[in-house]
Amino acid sequence: MKVLVPVKQAAVLEGDFELEDGVLDRDSLDWQINEWDEFSVEAGLRLVEAAGGEVVVATVGDEDAEDALRAALAKGADRAVRIWDPVLEDADPLAVAHVLAALVERERPDLVLAGVQSSDAANAATGVALAGLLDWPRVAVVRSIEVEGGSLTVERELEGGAAEVLRLELPALLTVQTGANEPRYANLRAIKQARQKPLEVVDPGALGVDEVALETAAGSRLVSLAAPARGAGATLLQGGAEQVAGQIVEIVRERMAS
Amino acid sequence: MSDGVLVAGEVTRQGLRPGTAELIAAGVKLKEEGAGSLTVALIDVEADAHVDAVNLAGVDEVLTIGAVPERFEAHVAQAALETLIEQRRPRIVLAGHTFASLGFMPAVAARGSHGFASDATAVSCGPDGIRARRGAYGDRLVAELEFPGKDTVVVLLREGAFEPAEGAGSAAVEAVALEIADRARTERIELRDPPAGDVDITAADFLLAIGRGVEEEEQVAEFEELAGRMGATLSASRPLVDAGWISRDRQVGQSGTTVTPKVYLALGISGAVQHLAGMSKAKTIIAVNSDADAPIFSVAHYGAVADLYEVADELRRQFDE
Ligand SMILES: Cc1cc2nc3c(=O)[nH]c(=O)nc-3n(C[C@H](O)[C@H](O)[C@H](O)COP(=O)(O)OP(=O)(O)OC[C@H]3O[C@@H](n4cnc5c(N)ncnc54)[C@H](O)[C@@H]3O)c2cc1C
Ligand SMILES: Nc1ncnc2c1ncn2[C@@H]1O[C@H](COP(=O)(O)O)[C@@H](O)[C@H]1O
Repeated sequence: MKVLVPVKQAAVLEGDFELEDGVLDRDSLDWQINEWDEFSVEAGLRLVEAAGGEVVVATVGDEDAEDALRAALAKGADRAVRIWDPVLEDADPLAVAHVLAALVERERPDLVLAGVQSSDAANAATGVALAGLLDWPRVAVVRSIEVEGGSLTVERELEGGAAEVLRLELPALLTVQTGANEPRYANLRAIKQARQKPLEVVDPGALGVDEVALETAAGSRLVSLAAPARGAGATLLQGGAEQVAGQIVEIVRERMAS
Repeated sequence: MSDGVLVAGEVTRQGLRPGTAELIAAGVKLKEEGAGSLTVALIDVEADAHVDAVNLAGVDEVLTIGAVPERFEAHVAQAALETLIEQRRPRIVLAGHTFASLGFMPAVAARGSHGFASDATAVSCGPDGIRARRGAYGDRLVAELEFPGKDTVVVLLREGAFEPAEGAGSAAVEAVALEIADRARTERIELRDPPAGDVDITAADFLLAIGRGVEEEEQVAEFEELAGRMGATLSASRPLVDAGWISRDRQVGQSGTTVTPKVYLALGISGAVQHLAGMSKAKTIIAVNSDADAPIFSVAHYGAVADLYEVADELRRQFDE
């Protein structure tokens, strides 16, 4: 069984960021592997450990995004692919899906495991867009996966804590939800060894995706970024912890009595 | 040329999703801005039963697509939307940013090379063309998006972003026959109810809610004790539940439970949209968070930028007196 796991190096905005004319200074960003992708990587590793095969992790990102790939390799993924071209900076989920679709055509995995969403952009769209382009069956927001021969049985989360159990045929794509498993930690030795594992860097052109195709595939273009308009907002409780707690006690007593 | 607004309403087994009236309100606004006539499509075996509820002021046309499997099936829904878009060439397609939508709308947008924005909080049609706004970097910033060169733009709207539309309309109603019932690619084996637990957090008047600001599993018991002392019931955001520190019946949010207590005291919860979906209607919300920019402060009535452990220690002391 060959599993492809697209992972994203997600941005975390620091407290004191620089925003000028609607453009964010990229130095205001920290980076870490998208929380959801910790669970999809783990799910892929477990399936391959049980059934044999290969886990390939892939990202559409610049050199900094290799941290996310190395982390997955350290946990046990077999190899990594990074696809990049500077035109992909700020790429929307449909453009990313288009690039990933070209990689899937080349790799021909049995299963693609994306995350439900990325913690920075929260599009919750790339995985299902990719499945659409491939014309593969897919299920979004999955919290458990079983493979039997050529088919999958998965539990799809519904709103309000309910779930439905679905069966579908491989090849397929799932978007994996947090809590689906308990992601492992890599030990130091594994982290060192991961440096020896193959990490291929390709540009979209090498996968047959030219700039015009990317332009057509993109679903949107970023005009500007702004700080959110603040409404009336919360009444701020002033003072140290003792005063804050004192005010909370008062509010609670008053509201609970009414 | 494409023209008009197509709203994809959502019917669940509980009936018409209330957010559908919000989508219609957004559609009426776009129509007033010149996007063209407003059509509402209902794709469900019981679509006919909900025609009146979506025939609201400003709606020009209601389409019912009833020949579909009894349960929602993402690939069938995709085929239905794709066919409708092909036949009617709308300029804008609006749907909710809901669990159901997430299973098929991105596929519709990608396959059609349409414009696309998910979890949008605003959409407009003006001299600059269609624009949408959505959160960025965990809702710390707002991104403005444009859709150059797109004939059709698919926008998934965040629930609560628009006030629901009201007033009876006079739309033409049409049943549309689409040959799509056989497009399902998943088979349902079983439906599982939400987990039952030993507490019903919807019944509590006072909820103490803890989030990922709480760092150790052992500390959960201390907050449980604090909750008891305060006369509150302990609840949590999803990460603590995912980690197995607290049972799933205590999870507040879109994929957990929706609560409306008299008081909701949130310690170390950032206020992600899926959490807010479950608690923003609490009568009094008090938030303690060390990050002054945490989105939870935008829904809280009272907020303290403070360390939750220090505040919890003080609460323990003061509730003892
Ligand atoms: C489809 C879907 C469904 C979801 N459903 C739900 C749901 O039902 N419920 C839910 O909660 N989430 C849900 N989520 C997850 C959601 O997106 C967030 O990831 C989650 O709500 C974050 O929880 P949190 O605020 O506790 O953690 P974080 O976002 O990590 O926030 C922790 C907060 O604690 C603060 N903090 C840290 N240390 C301290 C300290 N010492 N003192 C004070 N403050 C401190 C930080 O400043 C931060 O704001 C869902 C996500 C998806 C994609
Ligand atoms: N740049 C990227 N490279 C690889 N995978 C990505 C990228 N962006 C998004 N994904 C995948 O799509 C999922 C959902 O992201 P999003 O649609 O942006 O919320 C992530 O969990 C990844 O699996």
